[in-house]
Amino acid sequence: MKSHAWRPLWLILGLVGIILLARPLVVPSDFGTGERGFMYGYHRKSNEDEWKAFKVKYRTKEYCKDCHQENYESSMSSKHNAIQCENCHGPAVDHPEEPAKLVIDKSRAQCLRCHSYLPYEQSHRSKIKGIDPKEHNPDMECSMCHNPHKPNLGG
Amino acid sequence: MKFTRRDFLTTAAKGALITALPAGAIKFLGPDEVRADIDSSGKVRWAFLVDTFKCVGCGLCVKACKNENETPYGAPVTRTWVERYIIKKNGEMLADTPLGARDGFTDNKVRGDEVDPKDIGKAFFVPKLCNQCDSPPCVQVCPVGATYQVGDGVVLVDRSWCIGCGYCIMACPYGVRFFHPVHKVAEKCNFCYHRITKGMQTACVDACPFGARKIGNLKDPEDPVTKIVLTERVGVLKSEYGTKPQVYYLGLDENVR
Repeated sequence: MKSHAWRPLWLILGLVGIILLARPLVVPSDFGTGERGFMYGYHRKSNEDEWKAFKVKYRTKEYCKDCHQENYESSMSSKHNAIQCENCHGPAVDHPEEPAKLVIDKSRAQCLRCHSYLPYEQSHRSKIKGIDPKEHNPDMECSMCHNPHKPNLGG
Repeated sequence: MKFTRRDFLTTAAKGALITALPAGAIKFLGPDEVRADIDSSGKVRWAFLVDTFKCVGCGLCVKACKNENETPYGAPVTRTWVERYIIKKNGEMLADTPLGARDGFTDNKVRGDEVDPKDIGKAFFVPKLCNQCDSPPCVQVCPVGATYQVGDGVVLVDRSWCIGCGYCIMACPYGVRFFHPVHKVAEKCNFCYHRITKGMQTACVDACPFGARKIGNLKDPEDPVTKIVLTERVGVLKSEYGTKPQVYYLGLDENVR
C-alpha cells in the first residue's frame, strides 16, 4: 500500500525516536521532581549543593575577635556595638590568608549613611544623633575627630 | 425482569449514599503528598521578618548583599534594596531607591528635589527582598526547569540550566528578579542559601545594626521570627496576587507596594 500519508508519518516517528534516544544524554540523571512536586520542584538536584557550596565572604564579629580582641572589645563597649566590623573593614573572606589586608572604608559617606539627619519621625532614623553634612565641618573626615570604635568625642 | 418498589428504594438509597460521599474519601494521595503529610513537622520553612520601624535607610544590608553574592557593585541591579516612602500632608506620595540604596539615604532629596520637612506627613524606609512565596509564579513560568523551590521554601536558580529567557523576571509581581550582567542568567535573592544552610544568618541580617531584618524557621515554634509572625500584627506585600509571600513586615503602610 502506497500513500502520500506514509512518508511524513515515518519522518515524524523517526524524529520522536531520535528525541527519545537523545533525551537521557542531554538531561542530567539527577533531574527530577523535588519535594515541592512537579509544578514547583522540577529541577536538577545537584544544583542545591552547588548553591550551598557558594563562598561565604562576611564572617561576622565572631571571626574577627580572636586576633583583634582589643578592637573588638572597644567597639563592643561603645554605642557602635551593633555594627559589624566588616561593615566598614570589608568582607573578611579568608583573611589573613586571602586577602592579607582589608580595605577600610573611612569615608564621610560611610558615616552619613546613619548620621546625616533626616526629619522622618515615623522611622528610627530621626532618633539617631545626626548632623547636616553641609554645615558640620564639610571638608573633614569624620574620623579626624571621632574614633569610629568609640565615637564619643574625647573617648 | 420486573423492577419492584423494593428494588427502586434500595437503588435510590445506594445512589444517595454515593453522592453523599465526600470527594476527599475517594481521592488518592500521591507519594509526595503522603510524605509531606507525615514528616511536615520538625523540618524547615525559611521565612523573613522586616521591622520597618527600625530601618533607618543606611543601606549597609544592600552593600553586604552585593559583596556577599557577587552582584556587580556598580550595576543598577541588586538582590535586596531599600525603598524610601514620603507621604506628604497633601496626600502626594514620593518613593525612591537610588541604586537600591546601596549607599544609603544621606539627604532629603527625592530625585534631586528637596522635600520640605514641614510638608512631610509620614516618611519611612522599607527593605525589600525575595518573598520566597509558597506559590511562586516565577517558578511556574520557567520553561526549562531552571528555577525551582527547595523543600525548605527557598527558590533557587540553576545557573547552568537557565536559558535567560526572562519569563520569570516578568512573572514576579515584586520585581525581585533581574538579569545577571555577568552570568547572563536570571538572578534573585535566595536568602543567602550558602549561609543559612550552614547555620549562619543571611549577609543582610548580619549587616543590619538595628535588627530591622530577621530570618527564621516557621516550622520551629520556638523561633523568634515564628513567635512574632504568630503573635503580632504582620503584613505581607501584594497578598491579592495569591503568591503567599513569606517575607513578613511589621509596620507596613498601605502606600507600600
